[in-house]
Amino acid sequence: MVTLSDPPRESFRLSQLIYDTRYRSMTIQVVALIGFLILLGWLFSNTMQNLTELGKEPSFRFLSDPAGYDINQRLIDYNNQDTHLRAAFIGLLNTLLVAFLGCITATVLGVIIGVLRLSKNWLVARLMTIYVEMFRNVPVLLWIVFVMAILIESLPAPRAFKGENPSATMKVFDTVAVTNRGIYVPEVQFGRDAKDDKGEYLDEPTGWRTGLGDFPVGADPDNPSCESYFASEGPMAGEPGPGCGRFQISLDLMAIILVLMAGFYVSHRIKTRADHIQEATGERPTTWYLRLGVIVIPLAILFWAMGTYLTYPSIERGFNFQGGTHMRNSLIALWLALSLYTAAFIAEIVRAGIMAISHGQTEAAAALGLRPKRIMSLVILPQALRVIIPPLISNYLNLTKNSSLAIAVGYMDITGTLMGITLNQTGRELETVLLGMLIYLTISLSISAVMNWYNNSVKLVER
Amino acid sequence: MKKTVFLGALTVAGLAAGAAAAGTLDDVKARGKLNCGVSTGLVGFAAADANGEWDGFDVAVCRAVAAAVLGDPKAVEFVPTTGKTRFTALASGEVDMLARNTTWTFSRDVDLKFTFVGVNYYDGQGFMVPKELGVSSAKELDGSTVCIQTGTTTELNLADFFRANNISYEPVPIETNAEAQQQYLAGACDVYTTDASGLAATRATFETPGDHVVLPEIISKEPLGPLVRHGDDEWGDVVRWTLNALVTAEELGITSANVKEMASAAGNNPEINRLLGTEGNLGEMLGLSADWSVNAIATNGNYGEIFEKNIGENTPIGLSRGLNAQWTNGGLIYSPPFR
Amino acid sequence: MSDVSYVRTEMVPEQEPPASTTGIIGWMRENLFSGWFNTVLTVLSALLIFFVLSVALPWLFSPTWQAASLNECRAILHELGRDGHFAGACWGVIRDRWVQLFFGFYPADLYWRPILAFLLLGMALAPVLFSDKVSPKLLWFSAIYPVLFPWMLWGGAVWTPLLVLAGFVLAYLVYSYVERSASSLVGLIAAVVFAAVWFAWGVGAVSGLINSSIGAARIDGQLEQTAAEIDRLQSEIARLEGEIETAEAAVNAVMEGEASAEESGGRAYRDLIAEARPLRDKLDALRSEIGLAATTLSDLQSYERQMEQLPALIEKLPGLRDAADAARAALPDTVSKVVSENGFKALTKRIVDENLDIPSEDVDALEEVLRLEGEVLFTEQTVESTYANAALIGLRPVESRNFGGMMLSLTIGVVAIAISLPLGILLALGRQSNLPLLKALCVGFIEFIRGVPLITLLFVASTLLNIFLPPGTNFDIILRVIIMATLFASAYMAEVVRGGLAALPKGQYEGADSLGLNYWQAQRLIIMPQALKISIPGIVSTFIGLFKDTTLVSIIGLLDPLGLSNNIRADAAWNGVVWEIYGFIALMFFVFCFSMSRYSMYLERKLHTGHSR
Repeated sequence: MVTLSDPPRESFRLSQLIYDTRYRSMTIQVVALIGFLILLGWLFSNTMQNLTELGKEPSFRFLSDPAGYDINQRLIDYNNQDTHLRAAFIGLLNTLLVAFLGCITATVLGVIIGVLRLSKNWLVARLMTIYVEMFRNVPVLLWIVFVMAILIESLPAPRAFKGENPSATMKVFDTVAVTNRGIYVPEVQFGRDAKDDKGEYLDEPTGWRTGLGDFPVGADPDNPSCESYFASEGPMAGEPGPGCGRFQISLDLMAIILVLMAGFYVSHRIKTRADHIQEATGERPTTWYLRLGVIVIPLAILFWAMGTYLTYPSIERGFNFQGGTHMRNSLIALWLALSLYTAAFIAEIVRAGIMAISHGQTEAAAALGLRPKRIMSLVILPQALRVIIPPLISNYLNLTKNSSLAIAVGYMDITGTLMGITLNQTGRELETVLLGMLIYLTISLSISAVMNWYNNSVKLVER
Repeated sequence: MKKTVFLGALTVAGLAAGAAAAGTLDDVKARGKLNCGVSTGLVGFAAADANGEWDGFDVAVCRAVAAAVLGDPKAVEFVPTTGKTRFTALASGEVDMLARNTTWTFSRDVDLKFTFVGVNYYDGQGFMVPKELGVSSAKELDGSTVCIQTGTTTELNLADFFRANNISYEPVPIETNAEAQQQYLAGACDVYTTDASGLAATRATFETPGDHVVLPEIISKEPLGPLVRHGDDEWGDVVRWTLNALVTAEELGITSANVKEMASAAGNNPEINRLLGTEGNLGEMLGLSADWSVNAIATNGNYGEIFEKNIGENTPIGLSRGLNAQWTNGGLIYSPPFR
Repeated sequence: MSDVSYVRTEMVPEQEPPASTTGIIGWMRENLFSGWFNTVLTVLSALLIFFVLSVALPWLFSPTWQAASLNECRAILHELGRDGHFAGACWGVIRDRWVQLFFGFYPADLYWRPILAFLLLGMALAPVLFSDKVSPKLLWFSAIYPVLFPWMLWGGAVWTPLLVLAGFVLAYLVYSYVERSASSLVGLIAAVVFAAVWFAWGVGAVSGLINSSIGAARIDGQLEQTAAEIDRLQSEIARLEGEIETAEAAVNAVMEGEASAEESGGRAYRDLIAEARPLRDKLDALRSEIGLAATTLSDLQSYERQMEQLPALIEKLPGLRDAADAARAALPDTVSKVVSENGFKALTKRIVDENLDIPSEDVDALEEVLRLEGEVLFTEQTVESTYANAALIGLRPVESRNFGGMMLSLTIGVVAIAISLPLGILLALGRQSNLPLLKALCVGFIEFIRGVPLITLLFVASTLLNIFLPPGTNFDIILRVIIMATLFASAYMAEVVRGGLAALPKGQYEGADSLGLNYWQAQRLIIMPQALKISIPGIVSTFIGLFKDTTLVSIIGLLDPLGLSNNIRADAAWNGVVWEIYGFIALMFFVFCFSMSRYSMYLERKLHTGHSR
């Protein structure tokens, strides 16, 4: 007779926490967590104790104090009476600007150089090798300083453009001035922009072609510079003065973007239609003039309707060029140096990516009758892209982080404002540096999130 | 050349030197070295030569304090600091004192918890422009591009000045004097602004100094002086009175040449006697030896000698005494009496 | 059948290929001018090269090596008829300062130490990097090198590195003993705890013991020796001062000749400077010698003072201790209760801040206790450091603030990479582990470090690290920078190692499991040796990256080559020199990084062939 008995009930013993693999992983994790929390608590209590002794209670209140310093390049309104927070924001925008510009040029340059390095032209291939090795093996900080020094020393100062016999002349039909303070280019202006500092029209706008003006976000009726915006009549009615609102959105620019987007959409529709016709009949209708027309013509009409005109930089009196847009040499130097430096790395990635594609692909494409340039752009590069993108992401991240070296050339990015002058003036090291790190971390994580999403979308879908 | 191979000639680099509850003075004595924060390099004020020997106007203050406390002007470790790191270095005890052309301001004294022990140079922010611009006053600088050395109070003064005069400008912030100089010379900025002493020092090294003028406007008060941590009054007194000793020495005509002789025996002037320790016990009150001030003065001479040797009119920098003359000559350099 | 005369019986002699496809012309046609696009590229490149060389070469070749200041450079070039901004380089600054750019302020008589340390580094790395050519027996040297390296650079007593080494050996013994009696996990924990205790207290206590026993025995002899040495140095300094005076006079004589030479149109300025050069060199040598002697003298004098006051201090100590204890015991209960809860400093702070209701005589008593205990601590430290000096058998200590130039960059790079390697391996394993919490911690750390720029971490090192540590802790700035650089490198290292782990075929893990190896055995014997080998090129490139990034320390005021360039330009003689210094620094970095990257490529090739079948 067989009696069935229950399996012996396991009683939990303390030693199981160490010896039983079922519990051990839990034990290790709990120990690790406790250790981590103790470490954090220890750091935190040290910090509080030290700060109390120094008499500096951590507080972010300084962010709402007036900053007191000026920033030369500002993408939104700012003057030295604005807060430290706003100064930090200006710096953040500048960081994003140079990172964005840098990523684009670095990619373009990197692809060109990477392809040229594989060129059959001996001289060009050697030259590109030298370029890559030169940039990869010298610190980026030195390159930034170098490029800045070259810009400063080799370009003419604005005062060289003045006088009877100027030693320097403007380029491109006298519209662009390349100086060692930066590049001055003509600026596109709309009817309403033709005002002097005090907001008076310089010329009476021609009839109704005044453009759309600016829209102040968060305009305050009590703010004197907003007076004209809330006024219902007068020459400036509905037009915000400088410094009105938290920031102002150019409605002219918005209109241009809208019209452009609409144009591109219609152009795309025309293309799809042409594709359909080609598939159905085998003949492709000529559409380039249509596609160009739907983009250009509405834009031209819009520009005319908004009373567009160009202001040209000129230097007749004063110290600097007046009119036009100014691209400062600190931006150019940083942008150029970061792009050139990162391009050397991207070139290597591109080269490796291209070399990873098997030679059979090239031969097969050649057998189909494609010419070398089309082989590269239609067959090789699209495949290489999958190998290229992941390291490319990390190079974009590096470029963004390296943009923090802006202080070496006096470009006012987030390191120069928040972790630079604000830190110096307020003596709040803990708060500013932690805030700065947090901002960089957010930027980095967003870039990797976006790029990873893109990477996933171009990845080979395996069946 | 016989090289010394004698071992054990250095004190142990204490990782936890600041942990001792004793005051800074005791710390310095125990260490046998003074840790002095200086600038990373500023012509005439602090620079290292090819042998790594530091020299300059600020450096001389460090050496005088080391001589007073330790009897040895060489017993100084110079810690180069930037505008950003200097206050942390002092607050954390990494340096015992800071002699780095630092402006005495309310917030630094009160909010940042430091004690300024005195003023060794009365400075003010000025402007330098090329002569060919034909500018004779800073108020004519509307629309100009201005190079500023950051990390100081300079950018705030500048913003205030241009705002008060309702004129516009384009700031170009630059980290180091060397780079600012480069930009200015190449014409990338019209104006260079920093402390007037710095302007003079910079101008002196130009290829053609005559082509540049320093404008008459001085837009700020910049009393530069050594500072120590708040709350260590004993140490603050030592640094303060060492500086005062140098100033008083000039007033009383004590120089590096005659100090030993004057200190050898008490003379007729009781203040000289008290200062040099031949009468009274001022040194003991400070917790120093009786010949503390003799050592300090013998190092680089009195205040006037230090000035002349490092930044005075016979040096390439060529600063005149101006505000920094003795009060008896119409300047502001004035020491409380040794009594 | 024999009518086959139309069949050729001998070959036509081989002809030369057309002239246009062989030789230089053919090569050029093929490689430079094949098609209009390539031709355009070639011409553009040639123009670019010509332009760069035509600007750079005349500037580079400039006879200014002997000049002693920028003004002399300008005068020499002016004499040659070359004026203006790009007249020519001023190489005198490099002649004057190149040693400084390499060694910073490291004592000149000890240059052999960093040189030897970095040479030995090559020897220590050889068995790892060139495993096929070097005997693996050298590995024992690689194992002790991490302790040897800091000792050579920073100096100090010989038993400090020995005690550190002993710590590792003892920890291993503890591990193997506990493992046998309990389990390997317990052994590991025990070993880690032991190591922590040993490094936190053990090393200090044992070396303190050694110091005081040897120091007490040696102190009298030292005192005599020091006194004799001081006398000798003083007379030497007097002699040197005299020599300097004559040398200065000689230089002045030559340089005054310069003025008259210029007037009379006699000898060229350049010749004069060249003539003055040996005299100036001699003067410089004398100055550096006297500087060295004066520094040594000042060190010796302070040391002598220390030793002289030692007996008094030792005598005073017991009394002081008793007084402090008595004062403490006499504190009223109310006060001592708060003190035992919060410590002294917190109490004094609270008294001031919160107006605690403590009678003023108690506060005075408390302050007296504080003062006494501070004095005890201070006296103890003085005695200890005096003994440490007297007992010093080993290398002369050099403080890290004297590190500078290329040596500083290399030191930061090497130390950070060396420490970050084990940290990186642990982080990578943590990131791969299947314990979610551990994984989250590791991922968080890695992503945080990789998400912020190095410069912000350096700001932390320069302004915040001391705030994060217990009150009173005071590392010097270079150690703080090394700590942050290590954390920075370890995150990148973790990613490199993770790449190596991911590249291993899964069969290796499964094979290890099937052999019954536990986790650590599998890692140690199977996984890591292979994964690390794959990641060596990545490790080298991480090192190159970090090495280049060390230039950032100039922004927080350290005197790396770039920081020194500012300091050099603060010398009135060289104010205004830009390109020469930057160019020289760039060249130094290029030579180091380029050779390392070439080596890494060689490794990659070597490893590549190893894997192909």
